[in-house]
Amino acid sequence: MKNLKKTTKVDFATYIGVTLAFLIVSVLQGRDMLTNAMASWLVPVCCFIVMAVSLNLVVGISGELSLGHAGFMSIGAFSGIVASMSLSEAIPLAPLRLAVAMVVGAACAAVAGFLIGIPVLRLRGDYLAIVTLAFGQIIKDLITCLLVGYDKRGLHFVFNLDGLRSVNDLHLEEGGVAIIKGAQGAVGVTKLASFPAGYILVMIALVVVLNMIRSRTGRAIMACRDNRIAAESVGINVTKYKMIAFVVSAALAGAAGALFGLSYSGLASSRFDFNTSIMVLVYVVLGGLGNIWGSVIGAAVLYILPEALREFADYRMLIYAIVLILVMLATNNDQLKALVGRIIPRRKEAETNG
Amino acid sequence: MVFFSYLISGISLGSVYAIIALGYTMVYGIAKMLNFAHGDVIMVGGYICYCAMTYLGLPAIASILLSMVVCTVLGVVIEGLAYRPLRQAGSLAVLITAIGVSYFLQNAAQLIWGVTPKIFTSAVSFPLPQGLTDLGISSEAIVTVVSCVVIMIALTLFVNHTRMGKAMRACSEDKGAAQLMGINVNRTISVTFAIGSALAAIAGVLLCSSYTTLMPTTGSMPGIKAFTAAVFGGIGSIPGAFIGGLLLGIIEAMAKAYISTNLANAIVFAVLIVVLLVRPSGLLGKYVPEKV
Amino acid sequence: MKKSIIRFLSLALALVMVLALCACGGETQQGPGPAENPNTEAPATEPADDGGNEPAGDEPSGGDNEPAGEASGTFKLGGIGPMTGGAAQYGMAAMTGAQIAVDEINALGGPVQFEFKAEDDVNVTDTAINAYGRLKDWGMQVLVGCVTTTPCISVAQEANTDRIFALTPSASSTDVTAGRDNMFQMCFTDPNQGLSGAEYIKTNFPDAKIAVIYKNDDAYSVGIRDAFAGQMGDSIVYEGTFTDDTQTDFSVQVAAAKDAGADVVYLPMYYQPATVILNQAKAIGYAPTFIGVDGMDGILDQENFDASLAEGVLVMSPFAASSTDELTVNFVAEYQKRMGQLPNQFAADGYDCVYAIYNAIQAAGLTADMSTADICEALIATFTSDSFSYSGLTGQGMTWSTNGEVTKLPMAFLIKDGVYTTP
Repeated sequence: MKNLKKTTKVDFATYIGVTLAFLIVSVLQGRDMLTNAMASWLVPVCCFIVMAVSLNLVVGISGELSLGHAGFMSIGAFSGIVASMSLSEAIPLAPLRLAVAMVVGAACAAVAGFLIGIPVLRLRGDYLAIVTLAFGQIIKDLITCLLVGYDKRGLHFVFNLDGLRSVNDLHLEEGGVAIIKGAQGAVGVTKLASFPAGYILVMIALVVVLNMIRSRTGRAIMACRDNRIAAESVGINVTKYKMIAFVVSAALAGAAGALFGLSYSGLASSRFDFNTSIMVLVYVVLGGLGNIWGSVIGAAVLYILPEALREFADYRMLIYAIVLILVMLATNNDQLKALVGRIIPRRKEAETNG
Repeated sequence: MVFFSYLISGISLGSVYAIIALGYTMVYGIAKMLNFAHGDVIMVGGYICYCAMTYLGLPAIASILLSMVVCTVLGVVIEGLAYRPLRQAGSLAVLITAIGVSYFLQNAAQLIWGVTPKIFTSAVSFPLPQGLTDLGISSEAIVTVVSCVVIMIALTLFVNHTRMGKAMRACSEDKGAAQLMGINVNRTISVTFAIGSALAAIAGVLLCSSYTTLMPTTGSMPGIKAFTAAVFGGIGSIPGAFIGGLLLGIIEAMAKAYISTNLANAIVFAVLIVVLLVRPSGLLGKYVPEKV
Repeated sequence: MKKSIIRFLSLALALVMVLALCACGGETQQGPGPAENPNTEAPATEPADDGGNEPAGDEPSGGDNEPAGEASGTFKLGGIGPMTGGAAQYGMAAMTGAQIAVDEINALGGPVQFEFKAEDDVNVTDTAINAYGRLKDWGMQVLVGCVTTTPCISVAQEANTDRIFALTPSASSTDVTAGRDNMFQMCFTDPNQGLSGAEYIKTNFPDAKIAVIYKNDDAYSVGIRDAFAGQMGDSIVYEGTFTDDTQTDFSVQVAAAKDAGADVVYLPMYYQPATVILNQAKAIGYAPTFIGVDGMDGILDQENFDASLAEGVLVMSPFAASSTDELTVNFVAEYQKRMGQLPNQFAADGYDCVYAIYNAIQAAGLTADMSTADICEALIATFTSDSFSYSGLTGQGMTWSTNGEVTKLPMAFLIKDGVYTTP
């Protein structure tokens, strides 16, 4: 073990930590020791961990501020729901269908990520941020206008551009179901998601992202982040590497979306609005930019925090806001840093996580 | 004829965006931070004016002034407590703090003023000749457009011809160098926040005068739109924010009228994307070449 | 490295806080209800277990139900609705209405008592499920909720699996009840509203040119519009939409409706955007007949609202705060005392939900120590039985069909001189 690299140790610790958390929670759940409220957090927490990890790839590793990550989650959620609902007869086995739905969600989000990445990655800094925000809004509005139905003849799509169409315009045959009903979103979804599936997805996301960061590709991406011109001068194709990070991130967000979509029987596209993108960004920044295990903890803690604050009823979101500001101030306070630095002796190793 | 009334509503909406965007762009230009709490300061401005008029019975002008004073203080306090300690930290840390402040203001407003929307009596209403009303022109629209132009000109003059304006421009170029020249950077940024927040108060009153309902979430969407407008015109540029806001309003109204009311927002954002692809720093933004 | 240590510490701190809060959760008796009224949280008086008490005469009449046995015990009612965020006004109203009913019932001192706990769902699906889980932990036996449609669909599915009886005050989509025998509605379904609106217009405005403005990202609005448009067909000359992000400005839609020559404008939406539409129509001198749906109720009660704007507006609503019957007057007075404003239809629906459940519990002779599933089955049987009907704030002689929909008469009110009048 001793000759392992520091980064490798941190990575393995992350895998082990997540696995341990999964095992402990599973055992508790098996013994009925979890409250219903806690049980209801499990799947969304997994989804948002994957969201945070994937966003960290863009914001932390690739260094581009994205304010529209929820858009990819939305694409993944609705394409995953459509896949799962339309394949319910072809693939009766629920876990397999869930896997297929997640793959479809990931694939759709990756395609969207690629198409969006072409214009987005031409821009820099805050201009890039506002364009991702714009795409997030556009995706939300487009899905609000989308009607999808399934019957024996296959899938039917109607796009409600003029606001005059309704589910009847899908002209479904007898026995057909409307899967996405525009504003109302998806209704009557068969729930497939489970905590083990969430765990597997988190592990996949971690393996993909961590291996990517430690690979040649990851080093190239970070080189582009740290100094674009220097990276270009040594022959790194900046656009290509930024695109890789963007698409992988979108795909993971899509898979998380599919899992999220299949854990509720109804879901509207308004769930994936600007606020959701911002929430995920908060998870990433509080967890630490470029710090993957930080994102895991950040997402878990901050998703649960408002739920845990329910005792405060009307004041809970106010307290949440104050906690957010105080944590940001505390983590950036020089005196506090110096104090902590004195208590915990500075370690010799260089920065482990960029 | 109908086209004209659409155009009027677009200009009127755009002027509100422009006033908010002016505040956004000032703060961004000098402090280099995306102040996501700006939209919520607008909401607070609306509520203060509402309370002054309804509960204190103050005349409209006094209410607007009171609301400007309160928002100015609020802006300076927010800057001092939440943003100043993060001056040396990364831009993302400030962004997250701004989001925290935004949540805080929204939820505090809900606790203070309740969740039921308040109906805002127009603070700037006066009778118009019949001919203008038939064209779809309202007194609010006139006041909004006029005050927007006045504010834009005043700001431009202030930034270009006063000592403080010069200090602001210096800070926006290079904070370190400005400090070496004896400029009090912290004070300059505070003044910027004060101006931005006072503008937000005006925008809040005008927004609520035209669109009557006031609730804790009133500011968030106009805030995002104004941010878009500021980027559209080139963030940091005062005439840019003005033009960006106006164009955004007009595009939104035209998209609603002639393309699809469903997708008006999406179309606005799509136009933004196209513009940024052609001009990556917005319409009037300065292109800053990278140094090697 | 230092940075990450500090981050870790701060996160650990946050984690400790969360855990501490969770731990506190066990001890705290219960969170405050939607309204700040400390006296309502008093523990329910001990149930009369001797069975000697007569069932107290509750105000809303329970129809002609024969109590099957002596109902008794303290039932735990859970409520879910948005109490923060953009839809908070609806959740707050419904939950306060329900709380008033609970307090009244407890004050009667009858054998059936309620404990009520309302949780916030921010109008978001996953938060609603979390709130539901929390209520289950608390021991909820009957659910009043959810208030809004989208979260309600998911919660209804969970409640169906768990066999918890649920009665929603205001989630009006047919998708809420579809295929779930335990899910009932207090409000009209959206298609019913659209159909009755179409019928009303056909009768009273036979040759009218109609414009419709509706909210495209709201299931309620779209649901009513679809049924309405299906009936009216070609007499609709203009349809405009808006979304949550564009509900501050309707000048374009109003101008287009005017341009299309519409003399009736149908507004299937809540009163808040409708207020803006009325305002902007007035600003450009456009005065058609505006016809609203039940969500329009509340428009007159807004603080500072210029009632002359709503002059001549038709509201198809089951509830009017200006009604003079004793039940409504008492409810309005109590609601005003708590919230400082007039109740709207949401509040009345919340109130009626609790009383309907109360009556059904008495009719079925349930006791609080029965299992939640048994209570659920008994309530389903009672609600769908022919002999059960409920009269309350939002209608007389309401009955429920097996698919959970309520049958009651819609009432059309004409706003005249700032009050509801019957046209």
